[in-house]
Amino acid sequence: MNELNPSGWRPAMGTAPITREIETFTGNRALQLEEALLFEIGSSDRSGVDFDVVADFDLSALGPNVRKTAPNLPGLSEPETVRHYTRLSRQNYAIDLGVFPLGSCTMKHNPRLDEKVARMPGFADVHPLQPVQTVQGALSAINELAVWLIKLTGMHGVAMTPKAGAHGELCGLLCIRAALEAKGDPREVILVPESAHGTNPATAAFAGYRVENIPATADGRVDVTALTARLGPDVAGVMITNPNTCGLFERDLKVIADAVHAVGGYVYCDGANFNAIVGRVRPGDLGVDAMHINLHKTFSTPHGGGGPGSGPVVLSEALSPFGPLPFTARQVDGSIKLIEEEDADLEHPQAFGRMCAFHGQMGMYTRALAYILSHGADGLRQVSGDAVLNANYVLRSLDDVLEAPFGPAGHCMHEALFSDDGFADGFSTLDLAKGLIDEGYHPMTVYFPLVVHGAMLVEPTETESKAGLDQFIGAMRSLAERAKAGDELLKSAPHLAPRRRLDETLAARKPKLVYKHA
Amino acid sequence: MTRYFTKDHEWIAVEGSEATVGITHYAQSQLGDITFVEVPAVDASVAKGDSASVVDSVKAASDVYAPVSGTVTVVNAALEDQPELVNSDAEGEGWLWKMTLSDPSELAGLMDEAAYQTFVAEL
Repeated sequence: MNELNPSGWRPAMGTAPITREIETFTGNRALQLEEALLFEIGSSDRSGVDFDVVADFDLSALGPNVRKTAPNLPGLSEPETVRHYTRLSRQNYAIDLGVFPLGSCTMKHNPRLDEKVARMPGFADVHPLQPVQTVQGALSAINELAVWLIKLTGMHGVAMTPKAGAHGELCGLLCIRAALEAKGDPREVILVPESAHGTNPATAAFAGYRVENIPATADGRVDVTALTARLGPDVAGVMITNPNTCGLFERDLKVIADAVHAVGGYVYCDGANFNAIVGRVRPGDLGVDAMHINLHKTFSTPHGGGGPGSGPVVLSEALSPFGPLPFTARQVDGSIKLIEEEDADLEHPQAFGRMCAFHGQMGMYTRALAYILSHGADGLRQVSGDAVLNANYVLRSLDDVLEAPFGPAGHCMHEALFSDDGFADGFSTLDLAKGLIDEGYHPMTVYFPLVVHGAMLVEPTETESKAGLDQFIGAMRSLAERAKAGDELLKSAPHLAPRRRLDETLAARKPKLVYKHA
Repeated sequence: MTRYFTKDHEWIAVEGSEATVGITHYAQSQLGDITFVEVPAVDASVAKGDSASVVDSVKAASDVYAPVSGTVTVVNAALEDQPELVNSDAEGEGWLWKMTLSDPSELAGLMDEAAYQTFVAEL
């Protein structure tokens, strides 16, 4: 019996046949509302606001730039505008609506307490150019978060300003570059294993390094023999994602780090998956020199759609002197000082530069600090424990209907990885993912990581209850069986969404990036 | 004309010191619908194993490696508007670039058609 509806009660459905063929005048289907573009419903003769007509406005200063025709901006009344965006929001899927199993992205619940803290006026209403004595509370929150990040990772320092994971990767590599150049030994190569995040090679190339790939072993981890064989005086460092994109812990990281250090290189760890080990493993103990933490993943805070994110980089003792400006420093009198360029000669002379104009993402800092303090040490340990337990529950509840390539090798960490092996001819991962939309779920991550054919990467996070997971697993089992049996209806899914299957190929080949007025 | 294949699923058809390069039918079938092809610059010199071109599909962006060293002489301009040629005729009209070979002895390390088919069958 479904634990979400233990009584099994169902409303009486009436006797009329239920069909999707019923057409409505509006195109709406009850609460599933069709919504046109703003440009299609707006007009130039209405407005939600009254503008004063400015008398005697001198247009001559604009020269030839004076408009001769009105701009094509849609005018709507306030209630029309509110309805437009509310209707659109109802077609959205969010972590506040249900399971969001997007592997590698860590879509987990954002506690409302964190939101409350982030909205406190002393945090939300400050300006980065305010005199520092007027924002001591905000700076002290940044400083306290920095201290906790160092403590949780067992590292020596932290660069707080990077604004997302990939930005943090760049910051870490620039620290490595600065450290090597300070020794007069600039090197050329960064090694990136196949099991690393896709952004890693891009970051290394952007930082001016030549990227060389290291293969993965059959059990989905870094091939240590291949990696150590490639080490030499031209290798600036390695970038390893731990836990990796196959949802597996890189057990040999310490061995790898020792080998890299022995040839004078540095170890960058992609900490995007820190949520699987927080409170249990300190990367500093594994020999990591730099690691970014996606605050917006491990320490909740909302993300998606491109932001906002925050990617502080924790640094080893060897790399800390090269971290970017600005940063906070607590003074003897308890106040917080911002170390900027004018103080750098005295306080931090080897900084490689700066990642951001100002101090980073304040709203992410406050949410993350609230998350850490409200969970406490035992709570954070439970976060990683539950995330890993949930992923293993998904893995073992599905590995009899879906092929789990690394399942036989043992437990996974925070995400469960499946392949399309065993699907009927012509049926793909995409079909199963589209079927999940009909079941009322956001699909999992598909076709990533690349090392697995037709990969499906499911990250349930610690957010989900057993009952919620059981329902999701039930939907996945049903879809897997349909894909294996060759159910043709699955090939045209979704059937029940506001739009049927979209032509993603055409959209990519011939994208329409601007609205053209009819 | 002799056709060789790489383990990274490129093909190279050689005639004298001239050659045409593309990705194999197997590669396009694995990538799915190709949405964009970035070809190398004409006159670019490439070393064997260099990433010379990028093929974007609905699933992934993949590097195409130079099977041998040499200089790019012509690129397939039709792919700019019709990247789908790589799907429909990967080993024909969907060719990526032509090049002159600087070291024909590098061809010895590549597979012939039969060896490549065996290689693919084992994947």
